[in-house]
Amino acid sequence: MKNTLQQVFHSGKFLVGFCIFVGLLLFVFIYPLLIKGPPLQIISQGTFFPPGTYVNVYDSLSSPSYILNLDDAAAKRIASKLNEDDRSAMKDWLVAFGIPDSQIDTSDTKSLIDLWTANFDPKLQLEGYTNAKRNYYVRLNKNLAGLLSTEGAIIAVKNNDTGILEETNTVAQTDYVNVNEVANVRVLPLGTDNFGRDVLTELVKATVVSLKLGIIAGIIATVIGLALGLLAGYIGGRVDDVIMFFTNLVLVIPQIVLLILISFSIGQEKRGVTTIAIVIGLTSWVWTAKAVRSQVISLRNRDHVNLSKLSGHSIVHIITNDILPYIASYVVMAMILQISAAILAEANLSLLGLGPRTTDVPTLGLMMNWAMIYQAHVLGKWWAYMPVLLVIAMITFSMNLMNTGLDHVFNPALRD
Amino acid sequence: MKGYRKYFANKLLWFLVTLVAAFILNFTLPRLMPGDPVAGIVARLAQGMTNTSGIQAIYQQYADLFGTNKPLVAQFFIYMKNVIHGDFGFSFSQYPRTVADVLKSAIWWTICLQFPAIIVGWIIGNTLGALAAYLKKGFDKVLMPVSIFVSNFPFFGMAVIMLVIFGVWLKWFPTSSGYGFDLIPNFSFKFIWSVFIHYQLPFWSLVLIAIGGQAIGMRSMSIYELNADYVKYSRFLGIKDWKIIGYVFRNAMLPQITGLALSIGTMVGGALIAEIVFSYPGLGVTLLHGVMGQDYPLISASTLIITLMVLSANFIIEILYGIIDPRIKAAQAD
Repeated sequence: MKNTLQQVFHSGKFLVGFCIFVGLLLFVFIYPLLIKGPPLQIISQGTFFPPGTYVNVYDSLSSPSYILNLDDAAAKRIASKLNEDDRSAMKDWLVAFGIPDSQIDTSDTKSLIDLWTANFDPKLQLEGYTNAKRNYYVRLNKNLAGLLSTEGAIIAVKNNDTGILEETNTVAQTDYVNVNEVANVRVLPLGTDNFGRDVLTELVKATVVSLKLGIIAGIIATVIGLALGLLAGYIGGRVDDVIMFFTNLVLVIPQIVLLILISFSIGQEKRGVTTIAIVIGLTSWVWTAKAVRSQVISLRNRDHVNLSKLSGHSIVHIITNDILPYIASYVVMAMILQISAAILAEANLSLLGLGPRTTDVPTLGLMMNWAMIYQAHVLGKWWAYMPVLLVIAMITFSMNLMNTGLDHVFNPALRD
Repeated sequence: MKGYRKYFANKLLWFLVTLVAAFILNFTLPRLMPGDPVAGIVARLAQGMTNTSGIQAIYQQYADLFGTNKPLVAQFFIYMKNVIHGDFGFSFSQYPRTVADVLKSAIWWTICLQFPAIIVGWIIGNTLGALAAYLKKGFDKVLMPVSIFVSNFPFFGMAVIMLVIFGVWLKWFPTSSGYGFDLIPNFSFKFIWSVFIHYQLPFWSLVLIAIGGQAIGMRSMSIYELNADYVKYSRFLGIKDWKIIGYVFRNAMLPQITGLALSIGTMVGGALIAEIVFSYPGLGVTLLHGVMGQDYPLISASTLIITLMVLSANFIIEILYGIIDPRIKAAQAD
């Protein structure tokens, strides 16, 4: 046993797959310890907030401020409000307005803005501009207001008695706050999703649920496949014929068809994660059954099995002692593949809208489904679906690598 | 010839048996659930309806169509008779249209998308796999990890990534639907071009997924064959390299054909989901609409047609296999 394990961990492919998988597991188990909170809590008002650090504006005003004199601060401020596209759009407008091309220098911010403020009139209708375009220029114009000023901003509080604004504080352009001293800072490494929930927290929970689902389905499929394979292979005869007929039938009917029919028949209310796992397990045992059967047939007439039979051991004893140990490695490998296939099957079902109906836990497939329904892929909200895809790919990839590694250890003929 | 006939008869019989089994499953699975299926369907359908006589009419129509007031065996024959006549009843979610009408167009979109994609992917994948086995070194080192990674990607994942890269970022191809939303299907050049453009993304993402799995299989088969005794013997005889490779690849190809027959169900299933990502007007999207609209007749008819398509493809592949591999004939003649 120890020797086998040593051999297994010497296989490069297995090791890589194992490390990816364990890394994923560790992350998934440690993350909830650090960041608590229900995974499906809606935290943002509005959908698809991009990933980043969210600093409370109100709290940062009352946090102690520090003065930093950084040379590029003004340039950065301007760049964030006025990018290259905006500059060339301004130039286009000015040219259309009648300013000669040679007078406009888009790289000189000050002269460009001076020229703009001197000439731009939001009410003016230039020929050839659509309404959307006109609105864009009005917005741009608003954005530019105060861009070059070096004054600070004044914070005022409304006095409830008199209704007059009273100045409480001035924020200079060189004032900074330390993020660590702001009371409320929320890091959303993967932003929020279409419902306004923290994607990373949700993803971690979904990975756990999907793995659980995969393991339940994998165990069910392996147990059924193993039992039928052993029966068909060891007993043979009529039993074998009947089981093989049934197995071949299920083999050719596409699994997705069975899954769709069963999940739809179960009905929305009763479709939980466990139900879906059981359904997937019940429809994916055929490969294991077929493979176990052919292995058992080749073992059935080996000498040690015959000897055991002659010694008068019961069938159960023969199967557990003389047959199972020989196919154990194979069954484990098949189960690994079943788990990854079950996770994919759940994702497929969920994308069809037949996945688990849960209000308290997400699954990888459901997250994908939500992102697709809300058109995250077309809108360019990559954080809503890319991490999910990546996790699915990492799970299946690592499991397949482990499987290939095991295969190389247990089937020396495959080594090249 | 006798051997072939027996083989074909055997395969045909198996095709019919599986078809009947699939048909029975399609019929019984929804009925295994407790409760009156028609009442369930009507209850779901009538969720937003206040018109009681309308609900009653729908109930009556489906009770007649499925014959739920008759014994189960009689119901089965009624259902069979209706299906053979292409009568799947009315679609709930698109009411005045019949299910047959909804599916008629969807079937062709799916067939024209999936079968060329699977065949092209199979051919390219096998060629690449064979090349990797023969050339080894650099080519193999690059191709194999890429193939393994790609083949582990879910179908819909590849579809989403292709869509985002080529449809959203590069804007080379449209992101959804089967043709321009402003066009009416006709035989003008504009329409055909629009169909062609919309076809590219779904097609190539399916091809890409198929390539990965096939290349891996073909590579290991080819490596196995390249080390076979007959190859060494042919080398000693001085037979030209390309001729030996011809033999090797023909032998390595045979298990790949069986592999295709076995994996076609999974491939079609995955491709249906990929269709949804592209909103391609095929069976996948029809199924999704069926699920969204709780449209039971539509779902049941779609799954039956998908099964029929997969079983037929399987049957055709096995017949071709019988013609290509002479050992089949020999085995049957014994």
